[in-house]
Amino acid sequence: MEEYISLFIKAVFIENLALAFFLGMCTFLAVSKKVSTAIGLGIAVMVVQVITVPVNNLIYHTLLKEDALSWMGITGVDLSFLALLSCIGMIAALVQILEMVLDKFFPALYHALGVFLPLITVNCAILGGSLFMIERDYDFTQSVVYGVGSGFGWMLAITVMAGVREKLKYSDIPKGLEGLGITFISAGLMSLGFMAFSGIQL
Amino acid sequence: MSAVMNNETKKTLIDPLVNNNPITLQVLGICSALAVTSQMSTSLIMAVALTAVTACSSAAISSIRNHIPGSIRIIVQMTIIASLVIVVDQVLKAFVYDISKQLSVFVGLIITNCIVMGRAEAYAMKNSPMASFIDGIGNGLGYSLILVIVAFFRELFGSGKLLGIDVFTLTKDGGWYDPNGLMLLPPSAFFIIGIIIWVFRQWKPEQNEAADFKIMAISHGEGGHH
Repeated sequence: MEEYISLFIKAVFIENLALAFFLGMCTFLAVSKKVSTAIGLGIAVMVVQVITVPVNNLIYHTLLKEDALSWMGITGVDLSFLALLSCIGMIAALVQILEMVLDKFFPALYHALGVFLPLITVNCAILGGSLFMIERDYDFTQSVVYGVGSGFGWMLAITVMAGVREKLKYSDIPKGLEGLGITFISAGLMSLGFMAFSGIQL
Repeated sequence: MSAVMNNETKKTLIDPLVNNNPITLQVLGICSALAVTSQMSTSLIMAVALTAVTACSSAAISSIRNHIPGSIRIIVQMTIIASLVIVVDQVLKAFVYDISKQLSVFVGLIITNCIVMGRAEAYAMKNSPMASFIDGIGNGLGYSLILVIVAFFRELFGSGKLLGIDVFTLTKDGGWYDPNGLMLLPPSAFFIIGIIIWVFRQWKPEQNEAADFKIMAISHGEGGHH
């Protein structure tokens, strides 16, 4: 249990996908103008992350990994180079299914999150989460924890960023720095803040 | 063949460098731009990889653009891009294994790099393969430009080296330069890109974003006597 808690904390704070690995930056910068939309997108990312990382983990371990097909009696096959294609295909398919399920059964939620779902397929945080899971060789439980943690960390980062940007509107910023420039610099300051966690050993 | 390099082509190639830079103006493909720039060597490899993928995928998508059904075009584009990235990934693993290890997941993340998708969607679906190829190279170069600038400052000030060759001798080796460790950490990349955007926009004021609203000049009253 302790191991999972420490993995969770690590995924949320120390190895925050947005601020330590810069994943999902395009949407992070584009959709962080208002807190309410940022939270919506953050939740959508978290939901998709929680589903895709474990599913990709299952696919990788039962089909693609070296000798993974031995349960079918096929040995010596290493399909791990297909991981990229299968991950992105899986993500695109899952997002599509999620969109349809939400539309059919949870219309209210669909209206809140629907607009963000297509954005998520091309969000590097989602693919990045799955690729990190493969690179670090997480088992199934670890991948669930990592999915929850990294998704939550990303949501936290974008929400805080949106809060900062809402206040930033009222400040007097040099002309060329307005908008994107100052957003980058404040993201850098936030990243500095998150780095304060990096010395923590759990 | 003089028509190959006519003005239109040149514009497609040069425009993305400064005037319509994918990173500083279109805000695309920032993820990897920040993550791989702590060394010149990794960022150069990354720049070449991305340029190759963008150019080839644009050309490929453009050549079948009239046969892709509109409703599934994203998944078709994704598949083409992902296949190209797998090729690039395997090539890097075969020839520059060390750098490929350092780049870790970021080569794979070229798939979701918005520059590649963005160019496929915005340009390749409407233009001929050759033009799309050149547009891909142009945008790849615009991305490379920013990547190399950021990596230059980060490696020079962070470890006193460029491409692994000593430029500033470090104090620990008996030299004069005390490396700035912050430059090797993630936040510095944000700061440097922020500053590059500032410089670009000072230089080309038409890139400034329209402000949401103006702050009115406040007459003296409050705040004057702390």
